[in-house]
This record gives sequence, C-alpha cells and structure tokens, in this order.
Amino acid sequence: MDRTTTEWNFSLNVRASVLAVVLLAIGLGLWEGLNQVPTLGGGGAELSEYEKLMAGADETAKVPPPSEILVRAWEELSNPFYDAGPNDKGIGIQLGYSLYRVLTGYLLAAAIAIPLGFLIGMSPLMYKALNPYIQVLRPISPLAWMPLALFIIQDSEASAIFVIFICSIWPMLLNTAFGVAGVREDWVNVARTHELSPMKTAFKVILPAAAPTILTGMRISIGIAWLVIVAAEMLVGGTGIGYYVWNEWNNLDLTSVIFSILMIGVVGMLLDMSLSAVARLVTYEE
Amino acid sequence: MNHAFVEVQQAAKRFPGAKGEPDLTVFENVSFQLKKGEFVCIIGHSGCGKSTIMNSLAGLDRFSDGAMVMEGKEIDGPGLERGVVFQNYSLLPWLSALENVRFGVRARWKDWDQARVTEHSLEYLEMVGLKDVVDRKPAQLSGGMRQRVSIARAFATKPKLLLLDEPFGALDALTRGVIQDELIKIWTRDRQTVFMITHDVDEAILLADRIFLMTNGPEARVAEAVEIDLPRPRHRAEIVKHPHFYKIRNYLVDFLVTRSAEMDPADLDRKGLHYPRAVNPASEDATAPATASTKDATDDKLVSFTPKETRHG
Repeated sequence: MDRTTTEWNFSLNVRASVLAVVLLAIGLGLWEGLNQVPTLGGGGAELSEYEKLMAGADETAKVPPPSEILVRAWEELSNPFYDAGPNDKGIGIQLGYSLYRVLTGYLLAAAIAIPLGFLIGMSPLMYKALNPYIQVLRPISPLAWMPLALFIIQDSEASAIFVIFICSIWPMLLNTAFGVAGVREDWVNVARTHELSPMKTAFKVILPAAAPTILTGMRISIGIAWLVIVAAEMLVGGTGIGYYVWNEWNNLDLTSVIFSILMIGVVGMLLDMSLSAVARLVTYEE
Repeated sequence: MNHAFVEVQQAAKRFPGAKGEPDLTVFENVSFQLKKGEFVCIIGHSGCGKSTIMNSLAGLDRFSDGAMVMEGKEIDGPGLERGVVFQNYSLLPWLSALENVRFGVRARWKDWDQARVTEHSLEYLEMVGLKDVVDRKPAQLSGGMRQRVSIARAFATKPKLLLLDEPFGALDALTRGVIQDELIKIWTRDRQTVFMITHDVDEAILLADRIFLMTNGPEARVAEAVEIDLPRPRHRAEIVKHPHFYKIRNYLVDFLVTRSAEMDPADLDRKGLHYPRAVNPASEDATAPATASTKDATDDKLVSFTPKETRHG
C-alpha cells in the first residue's frame, strides 16, 4: 500500500515536471518566434544605417525575445555587485537595498504587531476598543501614507521603510490576535492547573499554540511588503529594485525591465519559502 | 473541630434564567467529605452537574454557593496540589509524550535539574507502559496511549488530590480495562486521594472505595454514598465472583435506571448541613432502600454547621 502510494507520487512529480518544461518551451518558443527584430525587404537587401537605428520603424516595436533576456541575465548575474555611479549599479546591490528596506520595516512591524496582537487576542476589552481603528486603518493603501510620511519624516529612505512597516503590520496583528484568542481552553486550563505564571503561560502554552496562525500572518505580510516595496521605490527613487525597473523603463531598456521583473518574482518566492520553512517548524498536528 | 481531607459544604450551581424566568439550579445542597487516600467515584446522568463539581474542585469553575475546603484551606483557583485528568486528554500537541510529562514535573518542582525531571517523568511513563513511545507527539499516539500520557502527567506531579473527569469515556472496552489496571497499579503505589467521574458502573465498583450517586438534574443532589467493601487488590475477572458484587451492581443500576429520576429533591433536603446517606448494599437492611432507613440515617448525619469553622485549620 505504502509502496504504491510512493510510486504514484513519484510518477506524479515526474509528470508535473515534464509538463512544466513543455509549457515553458512552448511559451518561450512563441515569444521568441513572434518577437524577432524584423529584417527588411524580401531580397535580402542591406539595411541602411537609419533603418537599423529605427529597427524597422514602420512596424511597432517588439518586446525583446527570451534569448536576449537570457544573455542580459547572464551579464547581470555574473557581476551583480558592480557600482558605476548612481544610475548604474548591479542587480545584487539594487535587490540588497530593497531587501534591507523590506526587512527593516517588516521586523519593526513584527516587533509591534505580535505583542499587540497577543494583548488584543487575550483581552476582549482591548479587542473591542482597538478593533474600529484597525478596521479603518487596514484598508488604506500603503502608498497613500507616502506623502504624509515624507512630510513628517523628511527622509525618503525612512519613509519607504515606514510604508513597508504600515503595510505589513495588519496581517500580523490580526492573525496573532486571532490565533491567541483561538487557543483551546483545555490547553490554557492545563497551564492553570499547573500554576504557571501569566508570562510562562504566554510563552509555553499560548505562543506555541498560536504559532502556526501567527506564522501565516507573517507570510502574508512579507508577501505584501515585497509587493509594496517596488511601488514605493518607484516613487522615492535613488536605489532599490523598484527604482531600477523604472529607471530602465526611462532608458527604454526593456530587456533589463523584463529581467528585473523576473528577479522580483524569484526573490519574492525565496522570501515566502523561507517563512514557510519556519512555519513548518512550528506546525503541530492535533 | 476536625475536618475531613476535602470538605464540600452546601454547594450549589445556578445559572441566571432568561428575562422574567427563575434561575436554573443545576444542583444544590451538595455536601460531602473525602478521606485522605480514598478513591471516590461519582455517578449520575448527564446534566446533573458532576463536571461542575469536579471543575470547581480543580479551581477551574466556581460554585454559585457553598464552600470547598482542602486540608483546612479554602479552595480558590487552580493549584498544583490538585491534579486533573481531562476526558479529552488535554495534552499539548506540539510536545512529545515525554515533554508533556516533563511540563508537569517541571512546574511542580522548579528547582530540579533537567536530568532529574526527565528521570522522574520517564519513571511514570514506564509505569503506564509507554517507555518505547516517549518521543512521539500526541497525534502519533492512539487514544488509549494519549490518556496514559495524561494520567502519567497527573500522577507524576504527586498531587494530594487527583480529579479524573471521565478519563476512559472515549476509549474502547479493551483499552479501558488495561488502563484501569494501570490506574489501580499507580494509585496503589502512591495512595493519592482520587475523585473520579464515570458513567460506567462496573468501572466504579472496580476502582472506588465509595460511590456518590447523584439524582437527575436540574435540582440534582448527591443522594447517597455507596460503600464498596470488596477486598483489594481487586481484579476485573475476580470481583464479579465476589458474593457482594451483584448486590452492589444491582443497587447502582437500580438507582440510575429508576430511583435517580424519581427522588424528590425536597425529601433529600434537611435542615443544616448533611452528607449523603451512607449505604452498604451488601448488608441486609440496605437491600430495601429509601423509606425505612432514611429517617435514622438523617438524624445520624445531621451535623451542626457554622460557616466560620470552615476557614480554620
């Protein structure tokens, strides 16, 4: 029984991988085939200097094909940390700036959201008192805070971090409160019959019991923070992957734009995977 | 005045009624004593308030009225001198079996070092036959194994009073028998006072020194305290051969099937503090219960009661 299950899983994985590769090949093939830089004339005539420059401007401009993007990716990734002035930094440096902002804002948010969520989850009074404010503040687009943050903080770097802070606090706060409020009465009773102090009860019973729910909130938050940082950096400029995308658009370098879009996806996936690994550590089966 | 080890006096539980309706009284005038080292089971139909009595003794619930005293001190809130085994095991699912027992032991003896805590915990896990699965999480254990861990956790902290809330209710009959034997073994060793809820008449006879019988709720009372004088050690296969066994069993079943519903609370309420009528079904006169002997017993058990006395010790 066990054997067959494993074999079936194995073959499912293999089939899924094959299908994924085939879909990728078709997608890239179509993209490559449909987006070649046009060559002019049926007779194989040489292009004039002007025509080359305009890349056959009688047709609409084409999205660069995957082959070009791969070449660009190879160039960028083989030297990710070069720094040739404000407008020409390696992709590694740009991603590093973005990660620094995201992690700073995110960790600040966690440092406030988790204790506050504990409080709200454990005290119905605090829940009722704070809930209206949370409900009003939560749906505000994080970027709407940007002008106010720039005015008050007067520093674009710190403002970007503040925007990350404000967008990642809500899922962590609400999930922590929800997880703490939902801890089974039986487990709290176990702590009570063993005369655990309130602090010990919080750390030894409620925290491990609510940890999977808290981690879910942290995963949602890091995802949102990574979405928001790109937009925030497009606004504040200077450094970071969001700024890089916008800068390359201004340079009309679509190859770099597409390459950086892919990098944003890869880094976001890595962030999510690392938190999901932590979540697996604290998950328990009832 | 000498107090019993545990003394519950004139306890009642009431819930406020809906608008304009009178309060709902689950039980009232419940008084009883537990002697040190005694094993007492309490039987009654669902809704008579057994669990409320138990949870109040554990300090997790409160009576609406009445007092609880243990060794001269009023019971107010939960405490380590009273251990609880819940029906649904209440193990912490993120901890292994060993860690669950260690959790209790460490809370009980804060100055013990790690090695001693582990050693003590393993000793109790071995007593319930779980030596080989101590590293498994509760989800990887069967229901019977989980309840064994829970029993080991409760006994390992050596509480003076153990409260078992229908600990075998969710187990199949075979597993139940095995764990009952283990419970007897572990209880014989430490001789803690045990107060246990059960719905199983045979289980109560096997384990208990006395069985409290509750009438049906609402307005339930602890009506009688049946003495089980079968010699110990008792074995499941052998006690059924004892001449008193079926007398006791029939008496209990008769109470649960017919008399628990027919008893009028007013007949049981007498002036002042009184304890449930002591009954020994094996002796001659008790085979015809209720009417004749009630009056004598009533006068016997009437105890003068002044609230102040419950506090000193």
